[in-house]
Amino acid sequence: MFLINCPYCGERDQSEFSCGGEAHIIRPKQPTELSDDEWAEYLFMRKNIKGVQFERWNHAHGCRKWFNMVRDTTNDKIHAIYKMGEKPPE
Amino acid sequence: MTKFRVNKTKHVDQTKTISFNFDGKSYHGFEGDTLASALLANGVHLVGRSFKYHRPRGIISCGSEEPNAICQINEDTDLTEPNVRATEIELYEGLKASSQNCWPSVNFDIGGINNFISPFIPAGFYYKTFMWPKSFWKKVYEPLIRISAGLGKSPTKPDPELYDHKHVHYDVLIIGGGISGIIASKIAAKNNLKTLLIEDKNILGGSTIFQKNENYKINNKYSSEWIDEEIYELKKLDNLTIKTRTSLAAYHSYNYLLAKENISDHLPLNKRNCGIRQRLWKIRADKVIVATGAIERPLVFNNNDRPGIMLSNSVKKYLDFYGVSCGFNNVIFTNNDSAYETAVSFKEKGIPVEIIDIRKKSNSKIVKNAEKLGVKIYWNSTIVNTFGHRKINSIEIMNLSEDGSNVVGDKNRIKCDCLALSGGWTPMVHMHTQSGGKLDFREIDQTFIPNEIDENHINVGSCNGDFELEDIIKNTNNKAKNFLKVSETEFDNISVLNSKELDKRNIWLLPNLISEGKCKSFIDFQNDSTAKDIKLALREGFKSIEHVKRYTTTGMATDQGKLSNMHALGIIADTAGVKMGTLGTTTFRPPFTPLTFGSIVGRSVGKFFDITRKTSIHEWHSQNNAKFENVGQWKRPWYYPINEEGLHDAVQRESKAARDSAGILDASTLGKIDIQGTDASEFLNRVYTNAWSKLGIGKCRYGLMLNEDGMVYDDGVTTRLGENHYLMTTTTGGAANVLSKLEDYLQTEWPELDVYLTSVTDHYSTASICGPNSKKILTKIFPDKDFSDESFPHMSYQNAKIDMINCRIMRISFTGELSYEINIESKYGKSLWEKCIEAGKEFKITPYGTETMHLLRAEKGFIIVGQDTDGTMTPIDLQMDWIVSKKKYDFIGKRSLYRSDTIKEDRKQLVGLLTDDPNEVLEEGAQIVSDINKKPIEMIGHVTSSYFSPNLNKSIALAVVKSGKKMNGKKLIVPMENKNINVTVSDTVFLDKENKRINA
Ligand SMILES: [Zn+2]
Repeated sequence: MFLINCPYCGERDQSEFSCGGEAHIIRPKQPTELSDDEWAEYLFMRKNIKGVQFERWNHAHGCRKWFNMVRDTTNDKIHAIYKMGEKPPE
Repeated sequence: MTKFRVNKTKHVDQTKTISFNFDGKSYHGFEGDTLASALLANGVHLVGRSFKYHRPRGIISCGSEEPNAICQINEDTDLTEPNVRATEIELYEGLKASSQNCWPSVNFDIGGINNFISPFIPAGFYYKTFMWPKSFWKKVYEPLIRISAGLGKSPTKPDPELYDHKHVHYDVLIIGGGISGIIASKIAAKNNLKTLLIEDKNILGGSTIFQKNENYKINNKYSSEWIDEEIYELKKLDNLTIKTRTSLAAYHSYNYLLAKENISDHLPLNKRNCGIRQRLWKIRADKVIVATGAIERPLVFNNNDRPGIMLSNSVKKYLDFYGVSCGFNNVIFTNNDSAYETAVSFKEKGIPVEIIDIRKKSNSKIVKNAEKLGVKIYWNSTIVNTFGHRKINSIEIMNLSEDGSNVVGDKNRIKCDCLALSGGWTPMVHMHTQSGGKLDFREIDQTFIPNEIDENHINVGSCNGDFELEDIIKNTNNKAKNFLKVSETEFDNISVLNSKELDKRNIWLLPNLISEGKCKSFIDFQNDSTAKDIKLALREGFKSIEHVKRYTTTGMATDQGKLSNMHALGIIADTAGVKMGTLGTTTFRPPFTPLTFGSIVGRSVGKFFDITRKTSIHEWHSQNNAKFENVGQWKRPWYYPINEEGLHDAVQRESKAARDSAGILDASTLGKIDIQGTDASEFLNRVYTNAWSKLGIGKCRYGLMLNEDGMVYDDGVTTRLGENHYLMTTTTGGAANVLSKLEDYLQTEWPELDVYLTSVTDHYSTASICGPNSKKILTKIFPDKDFSDESFPHMSYQNAKIDMINCRIMRISFTGELSYEINIESKYGKSLWEKCIEAGKEFKITPYGTETMHLLRAEKGFIIVGQDTDGTMTPIDLQMDWIVSKKKYDFIGKRSLYRSDTIKEDRKQLVGLLTDDPNEVLEEGAQIVSDINKKPIEMIGHVTSSYFSPNLNKSIALAVVKSGKKMNGKKLIVPMENKNINVTVSDTVFLDKENKRINA
């Protein structure tokens, strides 16, 4: 059970949060101009990395804010947490 | 005192007699006994039968690793519990226990026959034998296996006791109250750290409290005396909480741990008063020190499972802690020095003991001590057979060859009534690996020891691979100092004296004269798997330890292989000719010892299992005989039976009343989201399929929401309250998800939009009045309001007042009737409802529930998201093309509506179905076919909604059918178990196709 440092509330138990999958997938600005394959790439394709992964999290049972997390999926170590719109760390 | 109780100890109070019952016979024990020690004191070794062969089995150990002494306690009471280890349960007055897995009795059982046919029960026996024929499963195999495989009986009555959950935070958590845990706790607590020490036994001290031997001294005192003083000091520390009878169940990431505290399991039943039985501690600790100790290994040789064959250190604990001698003619079989402590203890009490050691020699102090006391030692020897049916009575030993792979010389028979085994020690690394830690293999004593990388958790003592007193104390002190950043401790200059072991020899499977196939060398006592089974699995091609484990069921019993895993690994490595360290271990999963369901659930039982949401009108519904149904967490009136009316009759009556005169529905549970901001219209344009910019203030509009994949997600009516202010309604079940989905888009995709969302579901109560007389009723309630179609048309809203209380009236309809929804602050919900009922009395206004609501909307062909849709339906599939804007550049899901898959013409599409026999009502979920003779039969769709309509006087249904759009008028078949029902595809609107009733 992770201890997650919400950028708005501070450290809280994982049970207050929900994970929203891979981060930094931007919704295409002009979906109508995309081919089926390009749209499918946005819609369905996710990396599901074994190792360091960028994820979206929501403080669902707290401030309801979304933020990003860098997590190693092999040992659940959280390397960084940053707000939506902020630059991802290296 | 029984003859086996040879010794007075301070841990068992022999002035306090306790009577108990085992397998129907009465016995006596003393306060401080466990069930196991009390049984042994009465000379009872035979406590169960083995799982597969039903061989007689006795108590092996004194702790949680016990594989044999598994009992059902207090059978036939509501407090009965299966799978209780006799070695762990503290004796109390009136305790009733019985052996498991021994039908019809422990002394004679039918399953014993398996022992004689055992050559035919090899590894994977159950997989291989009980496969065919399939029909035999239910009638022959399963009853047979069930009756002879005893894994206890679950209670049949409700649990009368309570269970607690407790959340705690500590600077340091120490798991295990043995010598290293005590040292670590003292260091932590004395350095101002808030510390929690948990110990699964009822007292602290581990095995040191009964270690009274000249060769093991701390600061010149017996180690047992030294630890007594330490415990005394420890209990005085302010920063330290000590929880005994508390066992760690799980170690999760970020130092989140679960521990189970036994509060009343040791009390007689009449003293429990149905209070709190167990408490689950949910612990978050900055730092965790694991000090869980080690488990003694048995040795694997032919017939190593008879009652009376036990672990050496357990035999010593029964003698020195409980005062019980397990035998009067003891033999110790060992490969290491620690067993010599047991021998010295026996000899000092004048009890005969001999030692068989597979090593060629050992010159340590403790061995010299034993020799000096006259203990006979057979060096370089092994046991090749044991004898005695219900208890061991003798053994046969032989010499080992130089390399240990064979036996040589003559057999030598030795009489004995107790055989104590010591195959070395296995560190309890379960907690370390559960936390995500890895293991290293240490060749010298063939152990897996923790490889520490997590800076917030360490292992100390024998769970870290330190087995000798001096190493345990000094290494624990040094590691704890480093870990807790302490510069000096009282243990820095401690003087420790202990015998050092210099000679080691390990043989995982001891050799024998007779062939391996004929040997019964048990590895897993509880699941009855032998060395032969492991070798067979390897011959049959299983390579991975995880596969061998499952195929042979080694390590898969309730003890999770605490005694068997290492031997299984060792034998696999030896047989396959690989190094043991390269095999890896099986995964240790929580819980470490079984948890009760009660402790997992805690207080979340019955009505506390989940939140129950009730509308402010709930009390009225109850008083008026409503039957309720659960919709998400909401309790909604389902129907309101009059007298003995059933569901069908009530719904027929309610539906008719709503169309003939007036009906009223509590619609408060619909999700309500208040939307404000200068970009509110633009936001709605993006989240709904239809256009919103031109919706006038005071108007309402139905909206359909899709997922990005184009599938229908939710629907509802949204009202424009002001220039930048909307009130959105969602389905009852979808409310929370819709809000979080909208928040997601707002925060992450469109942060530039000026929009604010607030859930107001609970803020307003809603009474929905429909039917031709609804307008008259509204006029009575709001006499000043003009309800003419011109000034208050369909799909519009107006503010109004009842007795100075503001409310909103929406003229919207989910039934096709003239219909109004009145919204009012929740606290006035019930009085609003009562006013409506009063005003409607002269029109026989009829309250109706969700079932009637479903029927009425189905007559009009309105969908229910989640009933007529299932996450695979687009608006086009639903024949709702009219609601998808062609003009809007983009909205959520738009692009997906013309993916190659979604534009296919033969997708399942929503249609109406009429049964040829108008009285035949289809079953929801029933499959639909067009050609009943085609093999295999092709299912082209299914029924989603089905009712008998009292207003049309016939059966109606909605269904999704492949290419359904083109099938109007086509005959299809709904095959049921005993008949085929003929149906005709129709339009989805069954009643009032011209929509005249809306303005009636
Ligand atoms: Zn937060």
